[in-house]
Amino acid sequence: MSVIEIRDVTKAFGERQVLEGVDLSVAEHEAIALIGASGSGKSTLLRCIDLLEEIDDGDILLDGEVITDPSVDPVGVRRKLGFVFQAFNLFPHMTVLENVTIGAIKSGEMKKDEARDRARELLDRFGLAGREDDRPERLSGGQQQRVALVRAVAPGPRALLLDEVTSALDPELVGEVLEVVRELKDEGMTMVIATHEMSFAREVADTVAFLNGGRLVEMGPPGQVLDSPSLPETKRFLGRLHTAGLA
Amino acid sequence: MNRPRPRSSADPSAGPDGSAILKEGGRRAERERAKRARSRRGQAVAFGSSLLILGGLAFLILTSSGWPEVRSQFFSVEVFRESFPGILSAFWLDVKMFLAIEAVVLVLGLLIAVVRSSVNPALFPIRILAALYCDIFRGIPVILLIYLFGFGIPTLELEGVPGDPLILGCTALALAYSAYVAEVYRAGIASVNQTQTDSALAVGMTRIQALRYVVLPQAIRRVRPPLLNDFISLQKDVALVAIVGVIEAFRQAQIDTARDFNFTPLIAAALLYLLVTIPMARLLDYISARDDVVRGAAR
Ligand SMILES: Nc1ncnc2c1ncn2[C@@H]1O[C@H](COP(=O)(O)OP(=O)(O)OP(=O)(O)O)[C@@H](O)[C@H]1O
Ligand SMILES: [Mg+2]
Repeated sequence: MSVIEIRDVTKAFGERQVLEGVDLSVAEHEAIALIGASGSGKSTLLRCIDLLEEIDDGDILLDGEVITDPSVDPVGVRRKLGFVFQAFNLFPHMTVLENVTIGAIKSGEMKKDEARDRARELLDRFGLAGREDDRPERLSGGQQQRVALVRAVAPGPRALLLDEVTSALDPELVGEVLEVVRELKDEGMTMVIATHEMSFAREVADTVAFLNGGRLVEMGPPGQVLDSPSLPETKRFLGRLHTAGLA
Repeated sequence: MNRPRPRSSADPSAGPDGSAILKEGGRRAERERAKRARSRRGQAVAFGSSLLILGGLAFLILTSSGWPEVRSQFFSVEVFRESFPGILSAFWLDVKMFLAIEAVVLVLGLLIAVVRSSVNPALFPIRILAALYCDIFRGIPVILLIYLFGFGIPTLELEGVPGDPLILGCTALALAYSAYVAEVYRAGIASVNQTQTDSALAVGMTRIQALRYVVLPQAIRRVRPPLLNDFISLQKDVALVAIVGVIEAFRQAQIDTARDFNFTPLIAAALLYLLVTIPMARLLDYISARDDVVRGAAR
C-alpha cells in the first residue's frame, strides 16, 4: 500500500489554476523527485499534502486514509508528516534544541526528556553536536537547514516533504544538506522532494515526476525521465536547465 | 598554531626583509595616539561648549529683571517644603492607578489584537466588533471619555456598576489605552512572517499553539519600544482623572496652588511625574539600542 496517494487533485488560487488532475502515489521507502519550472506547482502540491493548503477537488490519502476530508483534523495529519521549507524557517527566538523538540512536546507525543534525548542523538548524527543551545542566527545556512531537517524527522514521521531545501543556500553549503537527505533515504525514509538539482534527483530519487503548468505530465525512473524524456515539454525544460548549466 | 614557524618571505604581511611588520606596528601606535588625542580634544570641546551655553543661559535667566518674581512664584523652597509631602502621598494614587490600568491594558490589548489578527471565519463578528472598538476608543479624546464615564455613568444608577469616579475614570483610561496598545500588538503580529506559522503548523502545533509559542513571542519582542512609549504616556495621563474629582498629585498640587497663590506645588508634582517617566524613557532607549545590536548581528 502506498504511504501517500494523490488522486486527481485540483487546486486554484482565485482564477489561477495551479494544480490540475494530479495523480501520484508514493510507496513505502520510495523517494520521488518533483521537478518542473518555477511556478509549475511543486510547492503547492507539497503544501496540499501537509494540509497547509486546502485542495479544491480530488483526494489525498495517507496510509490509505483520506486526509483531505473536512472532518479530518489537520493537526493529527501534520504530526505524521515532516516538512522542510526552502528558507529554513527555524524559530528565531528558540534555541536549536527547542526548535527540534517543541513540536513533539507541544503535541504531547513525547515527554520533554525523551524528546530532548532523541533530538540530541539526531543533532549529533548530523554534525550539529554542541550547537544545541545556540540561536539559529548563530548558525550557517547549511547548519540551519540541517536543523530544519532534524526538526522534521525527530517525531518519526511516515514521510518527509522537502521543498527545494538547498535553493536558498550558498553553493558551497549545498553538499552538507544533501548528504543528510541522502542518509535519510538510505535509512528508508519515504520522501517527496521538490528540487532544481537534477544530479541530486538522479542520485537519490527512485522516481522523477515532471510537473508542467500544474499537470503531472511525465513520470518514471530518473534515467528514463532525465535522459530520454518522451514528451517535448520535458525535453524543453531539461534543455533549458542544460543551457543554464544546472543539470 | 603552536608549531614554530620560520618567518618566510612567503608571509604576505611581511616585506622582503620583514620590515613591513615593524612599520605596521609603528603606524598602529601612531594611529592610536592620534585617535586618543582626537577624543581628548572632542571631550574638551564638548565640555567648553556646554559650559558656555548652559552658563550663558543660567546667567541670562538669573540676572533678568523678572527672575526674583519667577523664583518666588515657581521655585519657592518654603512652599515646596510645605506642599511636597501632601503631593507625594497623592502621587501614590497615580502610581497605583498606573499599575492597575497598565495590567488591564496589556491583557485586554493583546486579546483584542489576537482577535483582530485571526483568520478564523467563526470569529468574524467578534473581529468586526474589535475593529469598531479600536476605531471608537482611539478616536475620542481621553479627557472626554473620562468625563463621560466619571460623571455620566453614575447618573444612570445602574445595578452592579460602581459609582466611584476613581474607578470609572480609570476604566475610561484603560479602555482607551487598550485600543492604542491593541494596534501596537497587531502591527507586531503582522510583522511576523506567515512562514513562521506554516512551520509551527508543520511541526504539529495547533493554530493556538502556533500563536502562543511562535508568533506572539516574536511579535511582542518587536513591539517593546512602542509599548513602552505608550506606558510613558499613560504614566502622565493618569493625572487626567483629576477632572472627575479624584485627588491625585496634580489635583493636590492645584489645590495647594490655589490656596497659596503660588505655582511651586505644580512644579513639585511635575518633578514627581518626571521621576517615573524619565527612567522609563532611558529603559526604552536601552532596549531599542540593544535590539538594534542584536538585529545588526543577525544580519
Ligand atoms: N498563496 C498563493 N496565492 C496566490 N497564488 C499563489 C499562492 N501560492 C502560489 N501561488 C501561485 O501558484 C503557482 C504555483 O506556485 P508554486 O509555488 O507551487 O510553484 P513552484 O513550482 O513551487 O515554483 P518554484 O520553483 O518557483 O518554487 C504560481 O503561479 C504562484 O504564483
Ligand atoms: Mg516552490
